[in-house]
Amino acid sequence: MCLRSLSFVLLLITPAIGAAAPLRICADPDNLPFSSRTLRGFDNRIAVLTAHELHRKPAFVWTRNGRGFLRERFNKDACDVLMGAPEKMRGVLTTIPYYRSEYVFVTRSREHLKIASFDDPRLNGRKIGLQALDDNLSPPSLALIRTGHVAQLVGINSSGAHGPDIVRAVADNRLGTAVVWGPLAGYWIAHDHLPLTVTPVSPLADASGVPFAFSISMAVHKRDLKLRDQLNEVLTKLSPTVARILTAYNVPTLAKEAR
Amino acid sequence: MASQKMSFRVHHIKSTAAPVLALGLTVLPLGCHKQLQNVESPAGMGGQIRPYTGAMEKDDGQWVRATKDYANTRYSSLDQINTGNVGALKLAWTFDTGVPRGQEAAPIIVNNTMYVVTPWPNKLFALDLTKPGAPLKWSYDPNPSPAAKGEACCDWVNRGAVFADGKIIYNTLDGFTIALDANSGKLLWRTHLADITKGETITMAPMVVHDKVFVGNSGGEYGVRGWVTALNTKDGKVAWQAYSTGPDNEVLIGSRFKPYYATDKGTDLGVKTWPPDAWRIGGGTVWGFLSYDPSSNLIYYGTSNPGPWNPEVRPGDNKWTSGIFARDADTGEAVWFYQMSPHDLYDWDGINENVLLDLPWQGSTRKVLVRADRNGFMYVIDRTSGQVLSATPFVYSTTTTGVDLQTGALKRELSKAPKTGQEIRNICPTAPGAKDWQPSSFSPRTGLLYVPHQNMCADEEAEEANYIQGTPYVGVTDRFYAGPGGNEGELMAWDPINGKKAWTVTDKYPLWSGTVATAGDLVFYGTMEGWFRAANARTGQTLWQFKTGSGIIGQPVTYKGPDGKQYVAILSGIGGWPGSIVAGDLDTRDASTSSGWGGALPDIKSVTAPGGTLYVFALP
Repeated sequence: MCLRSLSFVLLLITPAIGAAAPLRICADPDNLPFSSRTLRGFDNRIAVLTAHELHRKPAFVWTRNGRGFLRERFNKDACDVLMGAPEKMRGVLTTIPYYRSEYVFVTRSREHLKIASFDDPRLNGRKIGLQALDDNLSPPSLALIRTGHVAQLVGINSSGAHGPDIVRAVADNRLGTAVVWGPLAGYWIAHDHLPLTVTPVSPLADASGVPFAFSISMAVHKRDLKLRDQLNEVLTKLSPTVARILTAYNVPTLAKEAR
Repeated sequence: MASQKMSFRVHHIKSTAAPVLALGLTVLPLGCHKQLQNVESPAGMGGQIRPYTGAMEKDDGQWVRATKDYANTRYSSLDQINTGNVGALKLAWTFDTGVPRGQEAAPIIVNNTMYVVTPWPNKLFALDLTKPGAPLKWSYDPNPSPAAKGEACCDWVNRGAVFADGKIIYNTLDGFTIALDANSGKLLWRTHLADITKGETITMAPMVVHDKVFVGNSGGEYGVRGWVTALNTKDGKVAWQAYSTGPDNEVLIGSRFKPYYATDKGTDLGVKTWPPDAWRIGGGTVWGFLSYDPSSNLIYYGTSNPGPWNPEVRPGDNKWTSGIFARDADTGEAVWFYQMSPHDLYDWDGINENVLLDLPWQGSTRKVLVRADRNGFMYVIDRTSGQVLSATPFVYSTTTTGVDLQTGALKRELSKAPKTGQEIRNICPTAPGAKDWQPSSFSPRTGLLYVPHQNMCADEEAEEANYIQGTPYVGVTDRFYAGPGGNEGELMAWDPINGKKAWTVTDKYPLWSGTVATAGDLVFYGTMEGWFRAANARTGQTLWQFKTGSGIIGQPVTYKGPDGKQYVAILSGIGGWPGSIVAGDLDTRDASTSSGWGGALPDIKSVTAPGGTLYVFALP
């Protein structure tokens, strides 16, 4: 609330000094590699660069995400921009994607498994870690249940400070493998120097149509067509820089979705 | 301070207002609810007030188990406090538990001592009722693992202890059953039953029959496998354990198992009605109250919802979840099972209490169990066979159209079935159901069942509307709100013979406290705002109320003190699933806080504060 009021104050002051209003960016205070209060996340960096290109001051509004966030915070105008929103997310207006990543299998490098498919017989008998997101397991749960692995599933809380837990559990042999959202797995494996291998899930969608690869965009309020267009221009221009940042965070990325 | 003028509504229902739905083939229409609001007939015209002629357990003025008697009537024959004098009821003494969390426990009164269990850290206090102000006799601290707090879905509650054989026996959130010497508080035995590393906790009040104590696990939201376990009260050794899912030998299904309906007949249905191995994390936990019929030596209890929540990942009937088991109290052998909500779609636990009554039914007396289920139907079930005699809706429902008495099947409105990626509005009743764990009571003097329950609906939002920065995910967001009428809670007096409401009292918030009925023709209950009330058992009219320090979600009890006076006791302390918004200081700005309760209780934090105090009342 504190920072939210602060950004509100900035809004009131800026017209007086003649500059554009600050760009208010909703961001999680503790969700690395995406965002942190100390601005160590890649979304923080990309957001700062983007605001500068728009000649606006970045003002982070620290918000916890999850259930009801859109309705209760974003739609009540807590901020102008959301980072890290799946492209074409409902209820908002999304920009062109600034990256595309996928769920990955995380295995111990010394086992040379490189599991990629949910049909892989080597999955049998292994504890399979999945990120627990609110009350639900992440999308690969659908495929794993269909392929008969339901009893092996272990939900791991990956929010906030628990970000590295799931990959550490594979490294410590507490899990046989894990299926993890690429940016989270890539970052923490590199950060902790863990002897783990990531292999993208293949194919990239479940039989039910639920995808395992997602294009990630920024999002604005539905009415903010102009801001969206400006952001699209900036993102196009910043594309090489964004790619370098993501590489530095060891985020596995895919080429843009074929259209 | 005590009694005040009342300003809430009491509805009386004409005998013709609610349709007789003995066959349970249609759902209570919206129009019916409007009738509730408009009727002006005098009290007693609705469901009939007529004395109950069945046998009742003898009452010794104590309260030795949460349910009062084996039949779960929660009826006390004490009548010193009655409709004529309850207005003068005064606070006698209080006791602060020091744990400002959801207080769901029933105080236990035996041998002039009162035993109170707190939520985690699950301390047990023994209070000496023979001395003024009931000073502390002893207390016991089980030092439960702090890790258990993270595993409990819905606050850190405990539903109370049980007295038997000179022992006080209770469960701890971190999975132990503990027996103490009731006089000294000395630990007699301690048995580890639930594994918190698997997401299992224990919150239920155990029950003792003969030489065994029955305990069940909690944690249906976190992929555990439900069970009920019988321990020897003597030494805490496990006598038998019956799972709610899996192969027949682990469910204790054998030659004595004779379910009434075809859908429950077959081998290893606890395996075959699931995707491969899904039964291993299938839920069906046992965290409600047990009933016991001494004449048949059967125990009755309900099983929780199946897991995981997303029903699409567990095609099949998901036996033996969201149903009732009848088991032999000595051996645990299953005798019958009935599934209220096969393949549960909405988190409709079947754990609600079963009240055992001998009812006149179409010319004969039937041994029945009566239960107000989460799915919105009041079931009258032959407790010897498992046959459903009637299933009558008691709330507004959009999700079901009735119960087929030929097959026992719950008839669903398929357009309200959750589907990944679809937004579904107006799901009634919602996840906590038409009624959750909060126990009913039954008075033989009125023949009415006093049921505290919810009147709520929900919207389920599509997965795309969920947002966690950087992490796309599939999920369901629930938002709860009041059903037709705008009140989230209701106390109803139900006539089980005619299958209709005799009267109702509405409340702004869900009524999450239990009720107790007395021979003084009073029904005691509490509200989330903290009011403790006495209603006239025949009309619902509030005759007395007292504002306690916190919201009430507990179980009222009444007993005869050593001085010969009747006392009424209640623990005040908001919490539990909905009340954890206050107890856990959650943010109601997020409507889906506490699994959907945030939107339904936006102002609860401004009307009550956390607490944990026992209040005891008596006439001056």
